[in-house]
Amino acid sequence: MTSSIDSLITREYQHGFVTDIEADTLPPGLDERVVRVISERKGEPEWMVDWRLKAFRRWRTMSEPHWPNVKYEPIDYQAVRYYSAPKTKKPLGSLDEVDPELLKTYAKLGIPLSEQKILAGVAVDAIFDSVSVGTTMKTELGKLGIIFCSFGEALREHPDLVRKYLGSVVPYSDNFFAALNSAVFSDGSFVYVPRGVRCPVELSTYFRINAADTGQFERTLIIADEGAYVSYLEGCTAPKRSTNQLHAAVVELVALPGATIKYSTVQNWFAGDAEGRGGVYNFVTKRGKAFDDAKISWTQVETGSAITWKYPSVILQGDNAVGEFYSVAVVNHHQQADTGTKMIHVGRNTRSNVVSKGISAGQGNNSYRGRVQVLPKAEHARNYTQCDSMLVGNRCGAHTFPYIEVANNSAIVEHEASTSKIGEDQIFYLKQRGLSAEQAVSMIVSGFCKEVFKELPMEFALEAQQLLGITLEGSVG
Amino acid sequence: MPLLEIRGLTATVGDTQILNGIDLTADAGEVHAIMGPNGSGKSTLAQVLAGNPAYDVTGGSVRYDGKDLLAMQPEERAQAGIFLAFQYPVEIPGVSNAYFLRAAYNEMRKARGMEEVDPLEFADLMDERLRLVDMDASMLTRSVNAGFSGGEKKRNEILQMAVLDPKLAILDETDSGLDIDALRVVANGVNQLRRPDNASIVVTHYQRLLNYIVPDFVHVLVAGRIVRSGTRSLALELEDKGYDWLTGGASGSASGGSFAAAGQSAAIGA
Repeated sequence: MTSSIDSLITREYQHGFVTDIEADTLPPGLDERVVRVISERKGEPEWMVDWRLKAFRRWRTMSEPHWPNVKYEPIDYQAVRYYSAPKTKKPLGSLDEVDPELLKTYAKLGIPLSEQKILAGVAVDAIFDSVSVGTTMKTELGKLGIIFCSFGEALREHPDLVRKYLGSVVPYSDNFFAALNSAVFSDGSFVYVPRGVRCPVELSTYFRINAADTGQFERTLIIADEGAYVSYLEGCTAPKRSTNQLHAAVVELVALPGATIKYSTVQNWFAGDAEGRGGVYNFVTKRGKAFDDAKISWTQVETGSAITWKYPSVILQGDNAVGEFYSVAVVNHHQQADTGTKMIHVGRNTRSNVVSKGISAGQGNNSYRGRVQVLPKAEHARNYTQCDSMLVGNRCGAHTFPYIEVANNSAIVEHEASTSKIGEDQIFYLKQRGLSAEQAVSMIVSGFCKEVFKELPMEFALEAQQLLGITLEGSVG
Repeated sequence: MPLLEIRGLTATVGDTQILNGIDLTADAGEVHAIMGPNGSGKSTLAQVLAGNPAYDVTGGSVRYDGKDLLAMQPEERAQAGIFLAFQYPVEIPGVSNAYFLRAAYNEMRKARGMEEVDPLEFADLMDERLRLVDMDASMLTRSVNAGFSGGEKKRNEILQMAVLDPKLAILDETDSGLDIDALRVVANGVNQLRRPDNASIVVTHYQRLLNYIVPDFVHVLVAGRIVRSGTRSLALELEDKGYDWLTGGASGSASGGSFAAAGQSAAIGA
């Protein structure tokens, strides 16, 4: 009977612990003074303060977007703390200086910052609340001229690069949340791969929101110079808290001619409990600009957050540029996701490929929102979009909002969509072969998401698959 | 102790009563054929034995291998050696047959306290099983039943059966929609797996399959009740006369005494 699609016990959020650590935290509220203090604490140059203040003034004139297909109580932006940093006596130079409590947190998360991860070939930058606490493998990468450091450090060590590219893809005036981020961002990651260099390891950042009532506003800037290649992965978790936490990040990717950037996200922010209390509001702006013959590929696995509002996009600026978007978004219980992509075809012979897999369970609500825009000069632009939704149970929702604007007759734009439901018959079939209900759902969903999982770096594909299984636990009996 | 002992089994789907008191006993080493007109409850019986939650058991008992089968979850039944070859095998897109089969095989092993096998060991086993049922290895890399023809789906069921090596196999109209070559392959697979320590229940509408899988006993199901049991000659008689001569008796009193107690099938068969 369909009532069997309900029972199993939900596994608790595994990353829901709080780290007891002394933090330097600003009181809640936001005004010009707070913006200045953040900048001061970070010892930023004058132009940076000015940029932040311009963003803040712009933000005050903007209003929160309400077009996404999500519902939430109004956010009181004056009740949010805009800066929280683990207290340290001096700036962090090496991992040995990092607070042992912090390192324990990362160990709990399964993110060993040190040797093990290096052996695994991953360089990690960890952002705890708002401050970057350690970047591994810096020396090794340095030999190739690759810069991988916290945003703050980049601002000190490589100010010209930052100044040249910051806001070049996502201007501070872009949207409400991007403007807010531009005013108050406290740290983030910075990557620069020089001309013709292929970054030999996956670069990885781990984000964690720890402090209560704190917003996390990180800023990531990745520049791949001509002909360079880099693959970057970010993972995110937050403690379980009954109040909502705000996460408004900005990610900018710049792929100069002939460069390739592959950006993968496994997002597992706390999603709120089974009744929909608490959880992270994930309002993120991610965009890349691909110049001639360059390629930008976004892969995201979104299993967490109470609300996700996120459209990793590519501006296909140069001729023959390629943009890709592979997405798995899962909502369970009361989670809401409005996510998708924008592919803006500016150059000639530009190509984009979009594969979106939305899974809705419980009373979750999942929307795909995608824009494909072909500008007048984009001769022979080509887009293919495939948008599949899967429903688990009968109280969830799946929606698709495709926007297609074509201003050049030689363009070919295709959109395919499908909706399916995990059937009792599929589950029974797998149970008849000896699998449990959970294994059955996990197998069906993994199969559904296969095209996206195969785009993930291998060591993370398994993690993503497991996360998916955990997120959907309890959705089917 | 019989491997399977069904007593007075009744079952409904929604508000409709489908099974009206089934009695059936099967011992290890036996092949039982269940025949009957459309809608007589053959598939329902198969699904109920496998534990499909879409059907509600309203009465009776089923003992399997000394256990109360009706108290077991579908996956527990599977792990205890019950295999249902589905009439309509379900598609699982994106999941390779090899991955699926290994997962299922390992669940069976875990349930029996055995070590899981790794992909290499499993590949060896598959080679052997594929030969046994005369099937091509290309079956393994394709998604479970997705885009399979009707015949391929049925063959895939037999392959799964060969890998999982059940104690009690229930084949639900495995012959429907098969051409003669596919029918031979399927029947050959079943015959290859036939042993003194396992049993099969073959549900079919047509006598044709029984030319290839020769049953020890044949039961005729009409309106949710076994109205006649016999040997293979009963199937031939049905082919000759159709079901009409039996359906009339299903509700009448004439058939009652002699045929309703299908639990005596062994005696009749002898």
